[in-house]
Amino acid sequence: MIEKLMSLDRRYVFALVGLAVIIPTLLMIRFPIYVSQPTQNIYDFIEGLSEGEVVMIAFDYGPSSLAELNPMAIAVLRHCFRKRLRVIGMTLWPVGATLGDTLMREVAHEFDTTEGEDYVYLGYRPGVTNVLLQMGEDISAVFAEDYSGTPISEHPMMADVKNYNDIALVVDLAAGASVEGAWIPYTYTGYKQKIAAGVTGVIVSQLYPYLQTGQLVGLMPGLLGAAEYEKLIEQPGKGTAGMSAQSIVHLLVIVLVIVGNVAYFTTRRREQNAEVY
Amino acid sequence: MSTDIGVWIAAFLTLCIFSFLYKDNPFYKFAEHLFVGVSVGYGIVLTIHQGIIPFAWQPLKNSITGEAPLWRFFVTLIPVGVGFLFFSRLMPRYSWLIRYPIAILIGMGAGFAIPRAMETSIFEQMNGTLRPFGVINSLSAGEIIGAVLMLIGVVCTLTYFFFSVEHKGIVGGISKLGIIFLMIGFGSAFGNTVMGRVSLLIQRVDFLLGDWLGIVG
Repeated sequence: MIEKLMSLDRRYVFALVGLAVIIPTLLMIRFPIYVSQPTQNIYDFIEGLSEGEVVMIAFDYGPSSLAELNPMAIAVLRHCFRKRLRVIGMTLWPVGATLGDTLMREVAHEFDTTEGEDYVYLGYRPGVTNVLLQMGEDISAVFAEDYSGTPISEHPMMADVKNYNDIALVVDLAAGASVEGAWIPYTYTGYKQKIAAGVTGVIVSQLYPYLQTGQLVGLMPGLLGAAEYEKLIEQPGKGTAGMSAQSIVHLLVIVLVIVGNVAYFTTRRREQNAEVY
Repeated sequence: MSTDIGVWIAAFLTLCIFSFLYKDNPFYKFAEHLFVGVSVGYGIVLTIHQGIIPFAWQPLKNSITGEAPLWRFFVTLIPVGVGFLFFSRLMPRYSWLIRYPIAILIGMGAGFAIPRAMETSIFEQMNGTLRPFGVINSLSAGEIIGAVLMLIGVVCTLTYFFFSVEHKGIVGGISKLGIIFLMIGFGSAFGNTVMGRVSLLIQRVDFLLGDWLGIVG
């Protein structure tokens, strides 16, 4: 039995994980979601802003991280538009440019919003450091036109938005090192701009230190962060839907880790005993 | 079931990628190469449109056509010229010229990054670790325990990475404690990584069952 476990074809594990995702998705099982303090902090900060204040959302991710960060982006955008905040979208990732544009327009259409008055999507400019430092002085110097080619001077909402001084919060939705490698060092440290982050599960652990020091206002961890934010705005979406399958797969992984370790240590003890005799 | 050809293509490519879980095969290779090709192509085109045209081509053109003063032509030509030196790598005889743009990039990058990295990742983090002890009277019992644990964790983990002293005796004990803190950190990172990877699978399953097959809403 133990030997069989040790030589188990990994494809059985794949099949188990697949079933652990497919069955809850088909049955639409829902588990309760509890909001963590770092996500609550972002919600509270945005909730505390007055109508017309500006939030910048950076879509620093590509299609490979869309599963985790799109639900987060949708939830934050819905909150901003519901609060009648003005939203500026941009990205430091070339592959995030169209993705951010499409998403922002889709969510904006759910509300009574007008492009140029309630939201602007600036798109992408190459050169991370230069872009962030230049925006601290004059956004129009680096983004003279928005993503669709309209001069940003023609957008009424940009008339009183010159640099970070006019932006209440930057929300960086990131799949890479843009939070701790770009936004915090150049925008927070350089200009004391308030920053919140929503990141993929893979990188969230390395960002908690920045939360503890106050360099980040709040932090949304992967799909869980999206589900938490959806709960806060009372509008369930893909994040909430995915969390049940997520919990079941986590249980399965815990069981597999325990079984794998028991099998490994039992086999090792047997081998050691065999060597002694 | 979807009638959208785009959804069918996406579903086919998703299944091609998933087929790798059984074993490597031509369908997987096709989808993988397509993904890499499309990503690179998209990135290049976007960089041309969002970088080269507005920051190099347009200013040069405007200066030549008289829409902008002539001095702007030369001001723009300097960085563009330095950028072109990257292509000297393609000509072995002049490949040494690539040192100049690389030197400028490294110099600028280091100048911008080092002070901020020190501030962001060292000074602020030290401050964050020690700050609670400055206001210890106003902290709850739980917060005090948290602050002490944090300090012990930082000291022990840093000791583990201090290789100038042999890890024996007290130093060895502290560094072993550091390993425990590191393992807890790796465990947390592993759990979050599982969450991230499973999220990708959930989204694809949701796409296949919902958008493609129409089984779930």
